[in-house]
Amino acid sequence: MKWNKKDILGIKELSPDEIQFILDTADSFVEISTRDIKKVPTLRGKTIINFFVEASTRTRTSFEIAGKRLSADTVNISPSSSSLVKGETLLDTARNLEAMSSDIVVIRHHASGVPHMIAKHTRSSIINAGDGTHEHPTQALLDMMTIQSEKGSISGLKIAIVGDIFHSRVARSNILGMTKMGADVHVAGPATMLPPFVDQWGVSVHTHMDDAIRNADVIMMLRIQTERENQNIFPSLREYSRYYCLNSDKVKLARQDVMVMHPGPMNRGVEISSDVADGVHSVILKQVAYGIALRMALLYLLAGETK
Amino acid sequence: MKILLENGRLTDPSQTMDETGDILIENGQISRIGPRLRAALSASEIQDTAVFDLTGMVAAPGLIDMHTHLREPGFEYKETIASGSAAAAAGGFTSIACMANTDPCNDNRSVTEYIIKQARQCGLVRVYPVGAISSGLKGTALAEYGDMKEGGIVALSDDGKPVMNSHLMKAALEYAASLKLPVIAHCEDINLSGSGVMNESFFSTELGLPGIPSIAEESMIARDILLAGYTRTAVHIAHVSTKGGAELIRTAKKKGIHVTAETAPHYFTLCDESLRTFDTCLKVNPPLRSREDVEAIKDALKDGTIDAIASDHAPHAITEKDVEFEYALSGMIGLETSLALSLRLVAEKVLTLPQLIEKMSVNPARILRLPLGSLALGAPADITVFDANHSWTVDREQFFSKSKNTPCNGWQMTGKAMMTLVDGEVKYNALPDAK
Repeated sequence: MKWNKKDILGIKELSPDEIQFILDTADSFVEISTRDIKKVPTLRGKTIINFFVEASTRTRTSFEIAGKRLSADTVNISPSSSSLVKGETLLDTARNLEAMSSDIVVIRHHASGVPHMIAKHTRSSIINAGDGTHEHPTQALLDMMTIQSEKGSISGLKIAIVGDIFHSRVARSNILGMTKMGADVHVAGPATMLPPFVDQWGVSVHTHMDDAIRNADVIMMLRIQTERENQNIFPSLREYSRYYCLNSDKVKLARQDVMVMHPGPMNRGVEISSDVADGVHSVILKQVAYGIALRMALLYLLAGETK
Repeated sequence: MKILLENGRLTDPSQTMDETGDILIENGQISRIGPRLRAALSASEIQDTAVFDLTGMVAAPGLIDMHTHLREPGFEYKETIASGSAAAAAGGFTSIACMANTDPCNDNRSVTEYIIKQARQCGLVRVYPVGAISSGLKGTALAEYGDMKEGGIVALSDDGKPVMNSHLMKAALEYAASLKLPVIAHCEDINLSGSGVMNESFFSTELGLPGIPSIAEESMIARDILLAGYTRTAVHIAHVSTKGGAELIRTAKKKGIHVTAETAPHYFTLCDESLRTFDTCLKVNPPLRSREDVEAIKDALKDGTIDAIASDHAPHAITEKDVEFEYALSGMIGLETSLALSLRLVAEKVLTLPQLIEKMSVNPARILRLPLGSLALGAPADITVFDANHSWTVDREQFFSKSKNTPCNGWQMTGKAMMTLVDGEVKYNALPDAK
């Protein structure tokens, strides 16, 4: 397969074959990070701008490390305000980024759709590193890479995603990706955290966590945004954790070899108990490691081969 | 100077007229109407008459857009009364009502008179100011309706914002009724719409954009119908966008409650699925709804539940639109596309041509109590001439409007205003033989 997409904007735009191709490509990059000298010259002379309007440490660091291990020049820009506040248009932003001769711009933004809007106006490749509550394709790809690496395949697995599905771009991208790859996806959360019509994506929807995680092969817990406590979405963190915290009793409902995932950062004791987060089923740190290889693969696919 | 319009299809639902014929205009009024009027004129009279051949065109009572935003005073960088009037004339409108959410807002007679003075100075179309329901559009205290009426307002509305305080809305309906001022309700429960930026649906879930549920609109339509019924007053519901809203109005009309309603062309043309492009020109309030709602709005136009089509022309500058979707201001311009989009309803057989003229001229005149919307003898010669079959492509750079926020750029359209006459004066002329 030959890669011919300019941007990685969302899982929605990717076919199952393309997802598989990305995951297979990423596999070949795992080994580089295990070397004594963790660097290859693949992207020497290429410029990657990490344009993070929304604050992020781990995703930005992951992209930065991925770029550096491929010998690209990586630059971080973290504007503190939106274009509306600055009186600048998104077209101005796109033109500025292009004027810096960037090959790839990695964009994270707190507003949905910004990477898509900028991608239309620039020749640079755009990677969406999370836009609003819309998509977070690189997270979903690294999650799928983790599952495939640990379980052999995604197809046919029962995967439960639990928590604030409504406000989660990680959940959206994973639902799209995992259903495309043939998994049996279940989502669970308080009714107020389930987005309307989410069943149209072909997932089973539950308000009781147990129904989602029973006999699951994979459980993915989502971070609860503690600031949502005062938005009348749920009564209190105390009540939330009582019904939706993955503790060792809940884990017993799942398959014996269940894999526990979390995109991080975790609220220990809220959506996941410490013994589960640190226990034998947890692959949470492996997700971080696979994330580097996956992002190296994407950078390579978009900028590596001469076009 | 007389004007003779010849061989047009004269469509005037106010007198159930739809036939080929001529219109003679003298002293700004329609003086004669019928076949072969030229024969009754002497040679010297013909000398003194401007004759226009309308073969293949429709001549209708001047179109009235009862819902526009002209942005002056305060936001002249988006639109002025002059640029908005020019856009109206080019779009086939002879009269427009402009909403109160300017800066300062039109909640007092001095602003009303300023708008009327500016409109008179540019002298294109009739501009009817709509006064604010509440002082400062704040939703807490009644504005001075009587004084504003003397200044020239034709209706009241806080459009852009709902009147959340039900007691204030009840008082507004009662007080306005005593002055024979129609009240135009922007129906939105702001607690339900919250931070929403598009219709709450599968597509808001897919796009990760906060949703505005249809019930945010419908619960307030229900409230305003109840208030109008209880107080035995009239209420006009602005920009109806949902199936449930149309059903509420239909039921209320059957019960004899004095409710009228309008919708905008985008609510019967576009649905929420189109937002997949993240085109901020598609961001409007109320939001574009589902495919099912679009069909229901057409049904409601067809059966008379919705009385009027109004553009909700809402100009915004590029710096307010080419930004993050969530922060982009709501609204699209419509004065120059409204007629063409509405004519699609005739092509689709949702409405007959006379029914369309009713919704765009006769009914707005009736709701706003204007002595317009008719080609009757002696009526002011406000006439819109359009070619219902003229094909054209939307090029927003050619628009008279100062703002370009239309999602229709590049669209293929059928039907275009060719001449606009106000008080017997030609204010816009794109007839093929126009000099």
